[in-house]
Amino acid sequence: MKLTLHIWRQKNVHDQGRMVTYKLDDVSPDMSFLEMLDVLNEELISKREDPVAFEHDCREGICGCCSLTVDGIAHGPERATTVCQLHMRHYSDGDEIYIEPFRARAFPVIKDLVVDRGSFERVIQSGGFISARTGSAPDANSIPIGKDEAETAFDAAACIGCGACVAACKNSSAMLFVAAKVSHLGNLPQGQVERQERVLNMVAKMDEEGFGGCTNYYECEAVCPKQIPVKFIAQMNRDYLKAVATSD
Amino acid sequence: MSKPLQLLQSTILSKVVMAATGVILILFVLGHMLGNLQIFIGQDQFNDYAEKLQSLGPGLWAIRLFLLLCVVLHIITSLYLKKLNSDARPVQYVYQNTVQATLASRTMLISGLMIFFFVVYHLLHFTIGTIEPSTFKGTIVDYAGRPDVYSMVIYGFQNIFISASYLIAMVLLGFHLIHAVPSMFQTLGINHPKCNPLIHGLGPVLSVIIVVGYISIPIAILAGFVTLPKGVM
Amino acid sequence: MNLDAKIPSGPIAEKWDKHRFDIKLINPANKRKYKVIIVGTGLAGGSAAATLAELGYQVEAFFYQDSARRAHSIAAQGGINAAKNYQNDGDSVYRLFYDTVKGGDYRSREANVYRLSQVSASIIDQCVAQGVPFAREYGGYLDNRSFGGAQVSRTFYARGQTGQQLLLGAYSSLSRQVGLGNVRMHPRTEMHDLIVIDGKARGIVTRNLVTGKVESHIADSVILATGGYGNVFYLSTNAIGCNVTAAYRAYKRGAAFANPCFTQIHPTCIPVAGDHQSKLTLMSESLRNDGRIWVPKSADDKRAPNDIPESDRDYYLERKYPSFGNLTPRDIASRSAKQVCDEGRGIGHTGYGVYLDFKDAINRLGKDKIEERYGNLFEMYERITGENPYEVPMRIYPASHYTMGGLWVDYNLMSTIPGLHVLGEANFSDHGANRLGASALMQGLADGYFVIPYTLGHYYAAEGKPEPIDTDHPECKRVEAEVNEKLNKLLSINGNRTAVSIHRELGNIMWEHCGMARNEAGLMKALERIPELRQEFWENVNITGENEDYNIALERAGRVADFLEFSELMVRDALERKESCGGHFREEYQTEEGEAVRNDDDYCHVSAWEFKGVDTPPVMHKEPLVYENVKLTTRSYK
Repeated sequence: MKLTLHIWRQKNVHDQGRMVTYKLDDVSPDMSFLEMLDVLNEELISKREDPVAFEHDCREGICGCCSLTVDGIAHGPERATTVCQLHMRHYSDGDEIYIEPFRARAFPVIKDLVVDRGSFERVIQSGGFISARTGSAPDANSIPIGKDEAETAFDAAACIGCGACVAACKNSSAMLFVAAKVSHLGNLPQGQVERQERVLNMVAKMDEEGFGGCTNYYECEAVCPKQIPVKFIAQMNRDYLKAVATSD
Repeated sequence: MSKPLQLLQSTILSKVVMAATGVILILFVLGHMLGNLQIFIGQDQFNDYAEKLQSLGPGLWAIRLFLLLCVVLHIITSLYLKKLNSDARPVQYVYQNTVQATLASRTMLISGLMIFFFVVYHLLHFTIGTIEPSTFKGTIVDYAGRPDVYSMVIYGFQNIFISASYLIAMVLLGFHLIHAVPSMFQTLGINHPKCNPLIHGLGPVLSVIIVVGYISIPIAILAGFVTLPKGVM
Repeated sequence: MNLDAKIPSGPIAEKWDKHRFDIKLINPANKRKYKVIIVGTGLAGGSAAATLAELGYQVEAFFYQDSARRAHSIAAQGGINAAKNYQNDGDSVYRLFYDTVKGGDYRSREANVYRLSQVSASIIDQCVAQGVPFAREYGGYLDNRSFGGAQVSRTFYARGQTGQQLLLGAYSSLSRQVGLGNVRMHPRTEMHDLIVIDGKARGIVTRNLVTGKVESHIADSVILATGGYGNVFYLSTNAIGCNVTAAYRAYKRGAAFANPCFTQIHPTCIPVAGDHQSKLTLMSESLRNDGRIWVPKSADDKRAPNDIPESDRDYYLERKYPSFGNLTPRDIASRSAKQVCDEGRGIGHTGYGVYLDFKDAINRLGKDKIEERYGNLFEMYERITGENPYEVPMRIYPASHYTMGGLWVDYNLMSTIPGLHVLGEANFSDHGANRLGASALMQGLADGYFVIPYTLGHYYAAEGKPEPIDTDHPECKRVEAEVNEKLNKLLSINGNRTAVSIHRELGNIMWEHCGMARNEAGLMKALERIPELRQEFWENVNITGENEDYNIALERAGRVADFLEFSELMVRDALERKESCGGHFREEYQTEEGEAVRNDDDYCHVSAWEFKGVDTPPVMHKEPLVYENVKLTTRSYK
């Protein structure tokens, strides 16, 4: 099939950036979206033009590298699917596709479609862990954890940290990401000791990094490739309020 | 900066301020509605209710100031959050799209501001009396010598333009509440599979109750179900 | 070249304890005086960085991704083995050790494998303490599943995302140390060379992938945890960015490369769909617990799978290996798939595929149970292929997945360059000629959490604090200049082919001649073709842009250049090893039934290769493998 692509090109962080239109003539429906971009890049290199930089690695939907906004939707039109797992069979001949980077002040563009998500790293460093020094752990079965509890924790832990929630939110809010991390550990008995400190520190860091606030649009939930539900945001709000009320 | 002030700048606590003031304002809106609906009982009851409210004196002013504080906090916080949220997204998408965010959720600031302007207008109209001074409650009195709030309202709503503005404002309020009510629960962290259907249902139900309750008055007046007391021209 | 493995004396069960007592320690207050560079932040590198920082060492971590948690360990699906015996089904440290040595077709080092089995239980404890949400039974205790090559259930799992959860665990510990200021992170930074001063590894030269800046980093020792080289086949289940560069550059600086021909071809991957394909996707081996593998009995049978009656299906693994059935080790399952496809019985439009059928399991357990176990894998399959595996059998075919070969290390995980330690998939030590499922995660974490924290201290204590140097040292400048020269050369070729197209061609050569089955004629042919292709690369590759930029073409070309040299080493190793063992199947050495024939008299050794120049053949050194505990037998899974 033939496609017209409108792609955000930006030389570096200081550049203004603009949309550039490309045409592709021979796209197979079996290709993944990124393989379609590979084909474009091979053509560009052959024409001695600068290939389109986009982030990708595992291409099986788990590393969280890929970060494209396709036609205004983070990771594209398929629900519960990272853009690397989006296949071209969902498009038809003659389609026009708009490809833009994840947009947020906390995610500055490095080049073209590649953004710097270091802000997420710093949020984790501020408290997204259980302080369990190697060697100090008791036997794994000494803490029974109910199947439901473990499953709930897992639902939050499934987050791949791609940043689609931020990209989709009109406020570029990172609430779903932070809530997923806070709730993963907060729903497990091992995570209780640091529960209050964790949520206070992570939310403070989140705000400091310049993410917006949550206005409960729930766009984040709609684009999350791991379908992390917004109930975890409610849980984080609850944890946070409790922590504010009881901490000194 | 002191710690409480610092905390208030957090996005979550700002939202809590929004939610908490929102709860108070909704309770007021409901109470105000119940008061207003007494107009259907008749002039006597309505003017009596109005007089009782007035007789609270300093208590009334305390309530008014408290409500004013809530409105101010609600608005200032929303503007603060708006600023924060706009700053967080300096470059917009060329291709704008949404998946599931409702129109109500995306227009909260607009609907909220319009409701605010309406409230100012409403106060000027029925509380301060600058819109229609000739029929203002202090100017006209009923048979018992009480300020005739009942007639004032009817005079007001007999004007089709005034009624229309109230109608539009109430629909906007309902629209605002459809998103506001469930959002409030989410912000306050109230979320449980057992209560979620209730929470999600509450927004539309409360909106409909409030909209229907309020607009029934101008409609009833325009339709001639509620009329001026005999003897008044 | 000295290949002393430094295996402690004494009975196998006591070696590690004895060694831990014998090795030298560093006083807690002195640890902060030592700096270590860690390249790679997957399970091995991430866990090592976190643990070494907890101990008090200064750590600098380098990785090419934007976040440490994106390393490809994250993609491991199935699980992690541990000798916990929570199932009361007869598991023990010794049995895990035995299964691993046997699964590796007797080409791994006994002492290393035993230690791996010993520390396996502590890994699970550590991960649970970090908050890894392993699968639980209703009583709240940990659940297990069985995996290929074992008859006990010892695999701990977290849905189909075990690697992700374990990596997030290690990453969270690492992040804590970063927050505390004990680890300095260098994201989007690629190692281009190793700095060896006075015979010791003292640092690395890196290129910043955003700015192109080439610079040196100095430390008291270097740890490589840079994963495997499966992308030498172009198509593999590895991430696109996985590469051999760090390990290969260390090899060029004098580290021996061991058993490069031992590569694992995973039996259950989604088949290739077309030329545009950029990678292959693994379907977890755990699917073989409930799925049955088959092809039509007749090569002419082109009916849709659900129209083929039972009587016309050949469940070839169950037929050939009745006791292990669909759970035979990976090398055997892969080779069997290749055999039936070579017979013309392969399915799908390419003829390279077999069915993995869940119909019986769905009938037996119900769709819900299957969905609970494999739901996310089934969804992933449907997203990629557009077919619903609950209704139509999955199509699968083997693909390059893991590399058992790697830099040679001794018992302390140190390479032949003093001060250069190698962890995880990047080393060669524990899996022999074939790795069992759910053992890669175990090895990565064992190395990082429980081995290197002891042995690195021993190295420092034994060597003493080395002479302080800085990045102005002439050796740093010399290596930096070499790296810059190579980058400039790449950018100046200005030819007509992209690096990706050359990589794809190399992959075809390797898959054809050095893949699931190898023979002398094919390997000789590869040995001819690779230098030609390498020459073409250096004369005709087209790399746009400049070095001082986020240059994805340059980044890729640098990695391809190393694969073009490394592949030759791999072929030489395959050619030299005149036996069939594990993942290395030489067609000349097989029984009439097509089973591998090992040659323990001549090849019971590690082949460690020493670099002698790009166009000069490398020299092979042997480390004999001594089996004192496990009796060498012909592997049988019948």
